[in-house]
This record gives sequence, C-alpha cells and structure tokens, in this order.
Amino acid sequence: MPFIPHTQADIDSMLTAIGISDIEQLFDDIPNELRLKALEHVPPRMSEKDISQLLRRRAQQDGQPLGFLGAGAYEHHIPAAVWEIATRGEYYSAYTPYQAEASQGTLQLIYEYQSMMAGLTHMDVSNASLYEGASALAEAILMAIRANRKCQSKRILIPRTLHPAYRKVCQTIVKNQGIELHEIDYQRDTGTIDVASLQDIDGEFAALVIPQPNFFGAYEDVDALTDWAHQHNALAIAVVNPLSLAILSPPGAWGSQGADIACGEGQPLGIPLASGGPYFGFLCAKKSIVRQMPGRIVARTVDSDGKPGYTLTLQAREQHIRRSKATSNICTNQGLMVTAATIHLSLLGPNGLTQAASLCHHNSSQLKQKLCAIPQVTSRFGNAFFHEFVITLDQPVDQVLNELGEYGIIGGYNLSKDYPELPNSLLVCATETKTNQDLDSYAEKMASVLNRKSL
Amino acid sequence: MSNTPATLKYSRTHEWIDIIDENTARIGITDHAQDLLGDIVFVEAPDVGTTVAAKDACAVVESVKAASDIYSPLSGEIIEINDALEETPEHINQDAYGKGWIFCIRLNDTSELDSLLDADAYDEFANAEDH
Repeated sequence: MPFIPHTQADIDSMLTAIGISDIEQLFDDIPNELRLKALEHVPPRMSEKDISQLLRRRAQQDGQPLGFLGAGAYEHHIPAAVWEIATRGEYYSAYTPYQAEASQGTLQLIYEYQSMMAGLTHMDVSNASLYEGASALAEAILMAIRANRKCQSKRILIPRTLHPAYRKVCQTIVKNQGIELHEIDYQRDTGTIDVASLQDIDGEFAALVIPQPNFFGAYEDVDALTDWAHQHNALAIAVVNPLSLAILSPPGAWGSQGADIACGEGQPLGIPLASGGPYFGFLCAKKSIVRQMPGRIVARTVDSDGKPGYTLTLQAREQHIRRSKATSNICTNQGLMVTAATIHLSLLGPNGLTQAASLCHHNSSQLKQKLCAIPQVTSRFGNAFFHEFVITLDQPVDQVLNELGEYGIIGGYNLSKDYPELPNSLLVCATETKTNQDLDSYAEKMASVLNRKSL
Repeated sequence: MSNTPATLKYSRTHEWIDIIDENTARIGITDHAQDLLGDIVFVEAPDVGTTVAAKDACAVVESVKAASDIYSPLSGEIIEINDALEETPEHINQDAYGKGWIFCIRLNDTSELDSLLDADAYDEFANAEDH
C-alpha cells in the first residue's frame, strides 16, 4: 500500500467535519509549559544532495572489512532476487494488515513462512514472527510459564552458554513479573552444560532454556537436556540458529518427546547485517500449547464457495479480544523481514540451505585449524561446533582486535567481558561468504599481530 | 427466551450451580450466557485439585466472538472436570445444563449458597442487564 499524504483540502474538510479551524486546537489540552517548542540537538534540514553526500562519506568510513564476527548476527550470501522481490509495492509493508481478510496475498505469504518455519524446526505451529531473537525468547519464557500446568513455579533455568544479550533482554522483560531466571553454569573444558550437574538444582522450575548451537558455537546435549526437563515436569525451550537446522537435529525431534517451544533469531535467513537491525524473531510450538502462543497466526481455510482462503486464527489469545489477559501485547510482526526470509528460503530450497550450512561449518573448521597452528593461539573448547568457535590468545584480545582492524579485518567477539573466567578469549565465525584466500589472510594477519606483540 | 431450570441456582456472572449433595456442586454457564457468546470453540477447564475462592476466575470459555472468564460462584476444591468438552466444546451450546457442565467443586463454606439467585431472580437480573 503506497504512502498517500493528506492534501490541504483533505485536512480542511476533516477540520470542518469536527468543527475546528486549526489543527493546533486539537492540542489545546496540553499545557503550554509542557510543549516542546523546537527540537533541540536536531540539526537544521539538509537538501537531498547534501544528505546523500554526507551519508556516502559516513559509509566510506566503515570501509569494507573482512568480517569474522558472529555472536548472534551473521553475514550470509543473500540472492539478489530476495530484496528485489521483497521491496515490490505489493509486499512492502512491515505489518500484518488491519483488514486481514482483504489482504489474501500478505496472509498467504505469512502462511507459507509459518509452514517453512514449522518444517525447519519440526514443530506443529509457528506464529507470524516477533521482533527479534532475544525478545522472542522472553515471549517463549512467558508462554512456558502460562503453559506449564504441572508446575506452579515461576522459575526458569537459563544457561550461561546462552547469548549474554539474550539473558539481559529476558531479565529486563520478565523481572517485574515475578519470574526468576536461574542461571546454570557450563563445563569449563567443553563450553557446554553438564547434564549431570543439573541434579543439584533444588526446587521446581517451569522450563529449561536450551541453546543450540550455544553462544560459544558448541553443541549442547539437546536430547538429554530435553528429556531431563520433561522428567522434572518442566518444558524445554529451544533457542536455535535457523540455518543450522538444515544440518542439525530439529527441536521437534530432541529427546523422546521433542522440545515444547522453539525460538530464535531469523536474521540468518536473508536479512543483511545493517547496524543491528531490523531483524525478526521466530517462535514455534507444539499444538497442545498453541493457545498460550503470543502473536498472530495465519491459517488456511475455505470460503463460503469452498475456495481456499487465508485468515487470522485463534485471535481470542490476542489483546484486541482478550484485553489485559491476552497472551502478549505483541500484535504485529516483522512483516517485511519475514517476506524476505520466505523468499530467501524458497530460492535456496532445502538443498541450498543444507549447502550454505555445510559450507559455514567447513569454512569455520578450516579457519580454526589455521588459527590454532599459530603458536600463541590455542583452542579453548575441544568439542564439535557449527560455525563459531573459541580460541585463547597469549595476550589481551582488545588490542589484537584493534590491530586486526587496521588491516581491515574484524577478528571476532571478545568474550572476557561477559565471561571473566575466559580471559584472552575470542569468539570467531566464518560463514559461507569467506573464501580460502580470506581465511588465509586472516590467519596471516593474526600471526603477524601476535608476533609483533610478543616481541 | 432462554431456558432457566427452577431446580438450579444461579450467579450474577451467569454460571448455574447444581447442588448435588450438601458438600458438592456442579457448575456450568447458563443458556442465556451461551446464547450471548455464540459458537463455543474451546474450553480451558481448571485442574482437578485446584483450590478456588468464590468469584475467582477459574476457567475460560472461548467462542468465535470472545474469550470469557468463568468465575467460580463458590469456594472450594475442584474435584472433577468435564473432559469431554476438550473434544466437543459445542456441548455448552447444545445442552448448557446437561452435557455442557464444566466442573464440580467440593464446598468449603455452604453459607455461600445463600448468596446465589434462584431461577426467577436470575431471569430478572439477566433481563435487566440486557436492557
């Protein structure tokens, strides 16, 4: 739907209809002293030419670095057709439509998206998306507490191997709702949760959060963790990288009963890295708890003539019907990002997705070998990983990253701030976008930076 | 005109109460209530063993138009729920006082029964609310 501004004639006729002469009169109730006369700190307007030049200069300052930083947001090849199609006028909207049934094309697209996500995660249902990965997990936690009727506890087990930003966002969203996030530690030699150590946790809890791959890129023992959660009357919440599901066991197949909720960040599915967003969150669940799901859900049905059609369904969960008892105040979705992801998934197909995921794993394995061949570098955790791994240097990471930056290389994520017990440790990612030459170049520059510092 | 059996008691939140014996009551929603709600598509019943206080929301009835809380008219413990409603919630529309019952409660305080309405009083209340 295009943006159509009001003309002066439109405005005049609306003002006449409500019996006032000036738009300002609508704001008469706001006392004068509360009104902001001008926007301080906002510079004067610029012409289109000037702003284009300014932004081009700013973009050039960023350069075109070779990136090995993952930590929750990943650089992937996006076929040119994805955004060419997604930005067509027919698709270009961030919202689920207000007159939903009059927008069959948008609804069908969301339905296809839901079908793909449910297929990828092996879960029964998907919603129409949420804002991004971390808040999708917060919604999954709230959903688990509503859905777990075997347990009255409002405690959630959340491992330290989960993304630190996700833990902070969840804490912010749930802390004032009487929900306790109980952190569980990881094994220092593997960087994963020790299932046996969970036996020491006292008391009840509503759910266990299981990241796969975890923040260190490593594989948790998801089958044992899922079964352990179910044995303790808790739900299992999977936090997954959707691309990794092309080659890893999907949450719906974890353990003997499968995870109850699967959520995560949708960015790896066709969304570019762009200063942190916009991204989209996904949330899938077992059918038995669909009534506790947040967000919108599109369903396929038939109209009075028996023709297929699409509609919003299970709306009694939502705030326009359920008011204060709605499952969530989420009422829209990341429509445009979901459009891109749906097109991306349909262009890649199952084989393309598997190839991309395998190549990510291959490249990061190669890079790990090359980096660990440098004497000052050791592998921090010994076990298998998807497309990210942790190395330990013989010196502080920040300075090394700065010097790599001067070579136009973004070397990775410094873990020691979030994990003081991992000094000099760097989280490194290599996706399918990297060539052998890129990997060699990083390893060479790393060696020369470390050698210079060691002398 | 809705059907309001004289043998039952009623609440102002549109539940009916069938006093089975001196300590036990069966509860559902009235014919008038199901008529206002329209086609019922889902019932979320309380768990057996839950303790509820009078006027607590303890179940949810979802129709094509709305999701509505069901309030327990009496205090006590939920001792039985109508499992059949999970598969056939339309029993509430078809047979509100029979197959459409929602839960049974063991009463804590039989004096609460005095505050319930009889059929005539409920009809009068429901009519007044409609106008």
